[in-house]
Amino acid sequence: MSAVVKLHDIHKSFGAIEVLKGVSFEIDRGEVVAIIGRSGSGKSTALRCINRLETIQSGTLEVCGHRLDQPTLDLRALRQDVGMVFQSYNLFPHLTVEQNITLAPRRVKRLPNSQARALAQESLERVGLAEKIDCYPEQLSGGQQQRVAIARSLAMQPKVMLFDEVTSALDPQLTGEVLRVMETLAQGGMTMAVVTHEMTFARRVADRVIFMHQGRVWETGPGEMLENPQTPELQAFLSNGL
Amino acid sequence: MGGSFTVNHFLYLLQGVGWTVVLSALAFALGGVAGFGVMLLRTARSALLRRISFLYVQLIQGTPLLILLFVVYFGLGVVGIELPPLLAAGVSLMVYCSAFLGEIWRGCVESVPRTQWEASEGLALTRWQTLVDVILPQAARIATPPTVGFLVQVLKSTSLASVVGFVELTRAAQVVNNSLFTPFLVFGIAGVLYFALCYPLSRWSRSLERKLNVGRRQAA
Repeated sequence: MSAVVKLHDIHKSFGAIEVLKGVSFEIDRGEVVAIIGRSGSGKSTALRCINRLETIQSGTLEVCGHRLDQPTLDLRALRQDVGMVFQSYNLFPHLTVEQNITLAPRRVKRLPNSQARALAQESLERVGLAEKIDCYPEQLSGGQQQRVAIARSLAMQPKVMLFDEVTSALDPQLTGEVLRVMETLAQGGMTMAVVTHEMTFARRVADRVIFMHQGRVWETGPGEMLENPQTPELQAFLSNGL
Repeated sequence: MGGSFTVNHFLYLLQGVGWTVVLSALAFALGGVAGFGVMLLRTARSALLRRISFLYVQLIQGTPLLILLFVVYFGLGVVGIELPPLLAAGVSLMVYCSAFLGEIWRGCVESVPRTQWEASEGLALTRWQTLVDVILPQAARIATPPTVGFLVQVLKSTSLASVVGFVELTRAAQVVNNSLFTPFLVFGIAGVLYFALCYPLSRWSRSLERKLNVGRRQAA
């Protein structure tokens, strides 16, 4: 197994506040890693560093062969390899589901218009929403919008997918439908980094769990570690979460 | 002096209306293009470009249009560039519009949530592609009411072009009044004609605003 995402000693500050204080971890090809922790623990920031939505101050960061700590970085090539799904879906409200999905493939990968619909159809089938292809985002429920956002990301055929608290804005029922889609992706061999508050998902689907605390990787291990936390901080986090 | 207001006087005023409309359209078309450029600079990534365009906007917004008109018409005349009144007025109004429209549109572009930029970036779209395909279509919806509202202001501001001898509605009214000396009547009619031009635009602007408010509105 080769690591496709490698963070080593990453430091990141917003002004005077250091949010990442030497974060290191790796994600192997096909691995699903859940990143958990309190708000402000730096987990979302760490994730956003992986596709350069945030720049790092120091450390080495390599994603799919792209060196993010080097000035020679080809940003657009990186973004084609890394897909990202956000908490607030961030669909384009003025475009239909089909247009949302095919905009980037058409513009970035020069996909001919004649093939666009087929690509949208195929991506939507993977998230179980093929019948919504001509809807506008506002006509969909939150869970459906988030699944469209996943389909939009999938249509770019990323090698790694990042999920930033993608179910935090959803009620429990809608959360379930999104998590099921993510589980299917995981079983399909997608490399995934998932920042989440869903402990059940972390335990059941993730190959490895990373617990972040105060800007550091505090504890890491397989899903079972959540049943047997080693550090008092993880223990406290888990008991508060219930 | 004297005589009474005839159909010919009225037709002369209507001709003035025509030139007011032409000048407004010219100002708005040219100002729109330049304003788009100002908006791009005001939202540029380079801090220097943002700074320069900010100063431009401040300078123009802080200067009376009349002064701008004098600078272009008389100022350029002194250095040997003789512009016909229509062109001088058109250029002055273009500069004036570019600063205001650029600033209105900057606000609209910036009111599109930051996360739309992030989502586009994450999909490997370039900055320009993001602007054209994602940001501007959303910003345009927000921009329409204030833009039409500003058009009303521009239309009325064209009256200032009368001071450089351009015979638009205000100047036409002056000419008629100078021969009849019935200011209440003549300027009253001119006022009504301005109102007839502006009121439909105001109504349109307001109805656009209403449509925007009840229409597709994204929850944050």
